[in-house]
Amino acid sequence: MKLIVNGQPQQVEVEDDMPLLWILRDELNITGVKYGCGISACGACTVHINGEAMRSCQVTADSLQEGDQITTIEGLGTPPALHVVQAAWVEHQVAQCGYCQSGQIMQAAALLAETPNPTDEDIDDAMSGNLCRCGTYPRIRAAVKTAAKNLQEV
Amino acid sequence: MSDTKPKSRHPKSRLRKYSRRAFLIGATAVAGGVAFGTYVVKRPHDNPLLADLKHGEAAFNPYVKITGDKITLIATHTDKGQGVHHSQAVLIAEELDVELDQVEISFGKPAPAYWNTGLANDAVPFSAFDESLAARATRGAISSLGKVIGLMVTGGSSSMPDQYEKLRSAGAVARETLKAAAAKETGVPVAQLKTERGMVILPDGTELPYTGLAGSAAEMEPVTDVALRDPSQWRMIGKPMQRVDVVAKSTGTMTYGIDVKIDGMVHAAAKVNPRQGGAMISYDAAAALDMPGVQKVLVLQGEMLDPEPDGSLTRRRTQVGVAVIANNTWRAFQALDAIDITWGSAPYPAEMNSHWQTLSDSFTEDRLDSEWRTDGDVETALKGAEILQAEYRTPYVAHAPLEPISAIIRADKDGAEVWAGHQIQRFAQMKVAEVLGLDDPEKVTLHNQFIGGSFGHRLEFENITTAAEIARQMPGVPVKLTFSREEDFAHDFPRQIAMARSRGAVKAGKVDAFDLQIAMPSVVTSQMSRAGQPAIGPDNQIVAGAFNMPFDIPNLRVRGYRAPELAPISSWRSVGASSHGFFAEGFFDELCHAAGADPMEERLRLVNKSVHRKVLEAVAEMSNWGSDLGPNRGRGIAMVESFGVPTAEVVEVTATEDGIKIDKVYVAADVGQIIDPINFENLMQGGVVWGLGHAMNCEITYSDGMAEQSNFDSHEAMRLYQCPEIIVRGLENGDAIRGIGEPPVPPAAPALANAIFAATGTRLREMPFANFVDFV
Repeated sequence: MKLIVNGQPQQVEVEDDMPLLWILRDELNITGVKYGCGISACGACTVHINGEAMRSCQVTADSLQEGDQITTIEGLGTPPALHVVQAAWVEHQVAQCGYCQSGQIMQAAALLAETPNPTDEDIDDAMSGNLCRCGTYPRIRAAVKTAAKNLQEV
Repeated sequence: MSDTKPKSRHPKSRLRKYSRRAFLIGATAVAGGVAFGTYVVKRPHDNPLLADLKHGEAAFNPYVKITGDKITLIATHTDKGQGVHHSQAVLIAEELDVELDQVEISFGKPAPAYWNTGLANDAVPFSAFDESLAARATRGAISSLGKVIGLMVTGGSSSMPDQYEKLRSAGAVARETLKAAAAKETGVPVAQLKTERGMVILPDGTELPYTGLAGSAAEMEPVTDVALRDPSQWRMIGKPMQRVDVVAKSTGTMTYGIDVKIDGMVHAAAKVNPRQGGAMISYDAAAALDMPGVQKVLVLQGEMLDPEPDGSLTRRRTQVGVAVIANNTWRAFQALDAIDITWGSAPYPAEMNSHWQTLSDSFTEDRLDSEWRTDGDVETALKGAEILQAEYRTPYVAHAPLEPISAIIRADKDGAEVWAGHQIQRFAQMKVAEVLGLDDPEKVTLHNQFIGGSFGHRLEFENITTAAEIARQMPGVPVKLTFSREEDFAHDFPRQIAMARSRGAVKAGKVDAFDLQIAMPSVVTSQMSRAGQPAIGPDNQIVAGAFNMPFDIPNLRVRGYRAPELAPISSWRSVGASSHGFFAEGFFDELCHAAGADPMEERLRLVNKSVHRKVLEAVAEMSNWGSDLGPNRGRGIAMVESFGVPTAEVVEVTATEDGIKIDKVYVAADVGQIIDPINFENLMQGGVVWGLGHAMNCEITYSDGMAEQSNFDSHEAMRLYQCPEIIVRGLENGDAIRGIGEPPVPPAAPALANAIFAATGTRLREMPFANFVDFV
């Protein structure tokens, strides 16, 4: 099947029920997307499909349609060209182990695309599906707010 | 000052007298330091960097290497999220006069030279603040042992105590040697040379890069007579910095062990008996072998624990599980699930109630493990007094770091290469050598990796030994073993289950007597048995965080009882103190209320060290303790000393109609010297979240010999919506530098329980609290 990942067309031959997570990680070697639970309980595998935040461990190959735009953390921004959400994550030095942060950032970027000026409750609602075992939640909240502020000024 | 020196109360038992002098440390134990002659202890280890050095390259010590094109700093402590990769580089760079963007930071190669000198503080039967001759001698003996066996370990919040002077010295020695080389080349006296940004600067402004001086510096004897800079001259230490890994971790470009790819690699998934230590009876893999991408199914040999009639366990080699080899991780997981397996029984009680009953039965004289705190006379004080008593419990809890454990191993008859993150690198080499039948652990090369969280799990070896067993059966092929989340839970070694029985009394409005008894299996014995190391003598972790209570209660006794081994357990962020801080500070709070005393005022009245007093005063001031919070609200205080760090927390809660809401946490700790205030704040907040989240929501329970919780839907700790605002203050009054990875954890649970009592009148004595109250 044909996929568009981070703007690049990709061809993969997989079973219908293989989750997108494993297509990305093991077939395409795109490893910024993380495996944490496999049951959509942690959010580490969050990617954007046509701009919407999705748990890639639950998106099977056969549910994807040709032309779907898949964006992983690598497609959001890069070290020399950070996305505004990534820049906020760097500014607040959110990460400890960092393993959940790809998913956190993808979730936050999707939140801000839809709700540019989120309330505390909006942030709680959008981000509570993303687990952080290191406990960086206070900094995640602060970074989302900084990113929102910076987006308004752009 | 309270007397926290060990006291022998067992004159009848020679063994106990002897074992009181046996010293336990995080990774092994020995009776005294006398087994090693002075020569063995003083002999320096070889510098491991010299082996690979080419002509014209310099390695002045095991931590700094300079070649013609780059400067490499060796940061051997494993980074599992605590930022120690960064902190180690900062310590070297501070004295070397390089910037972090000019250097490469390497994990280095495991070697005895990197033995951990910072572990001793929390591994002896003395408060970390006890500077008596006996306490100092015991710490010295433990350090000697660590050196002799070259114990390289990241754990026990010991990285900064280990590295603080060592790495600054390494940087200073390298700097001065480079200056001496520059002086020799140019004829300019050393006193007129300056250094900055990786260059020696001559008086006329000429810049000589270190890389250009490496060749001549390598010819010189290192200049070792160097004084460390006064803190007033520091450019980096103590100042806010950007962690070296933060951009990679915000862009998906950080490579963790689970992301490593080796040419020709196959993907493996394994299932080992979830009744840990049990055997595999039979399996049927016919369906799995027909599945897409599956190459083969292997039977895994391993150790089972065979219970003997007398209750002891004999290790026996047998089949313990199966592995699937496939061309994709998910395909391996799928095929594994299609294998029908019959498992043998567990070598521990199958049901949870038996585990609790075992603890309940362990408060007996013959199970007494330690009695290291006996202030006043508890028995006399309780006689005739109105006695308050209570039982407290803490359950098993999983580590469950978000990166599931994994390892890549390529092996053949001559040796092996391992790509995996591990906290005891040289033991990991040893375990792989054991599985492969290699005669020398040095034939195993370990490429250490960044780790996506550990909390103690990466001190264990299941990923390493299972991958080695698969690699043994596939010579020459790099095998990547990834644990599914479910397998990660099933083969975790959780935090200890523990129980406390407390009695106490108050007198004239004051806390007068506290008798604290704790029973749990020995975590050190369980953990060391898997590392192949002995663990003799009392286990500090049965009373850690309790025997060293920093309060001068007139009559205070803390006794530890060693329960029989149950489910295998391991060090879980803050280890014994994670439960005992709750036992000590929860019941102390009960006594304060019984006395009619304010819990903060009573602690301030009884606190026995000035460093600790200032920590308490800090949270009292930060939280505006004593001010009116309004209806349905309450605050709780707790202070625990763990890993030499007094840490106090005030939790504020509101009892809403739907349940308890945690509003704010104020936390203060004294680590002597903060390396980076931003990372310090992040770790403090994370420790509070860890302590609160697990106290509220988590337990591992066993049924039919297996952990009932298998993923984050049934063991989720704290999520963002439950996270309070956390206000942090770091103090630097202590004489020695300490680590902050673990100390914020123990006070969190009791401060929360005490706050809930203040708000609702409900006293929580058992975790997880969510079994008794609702949280919103």
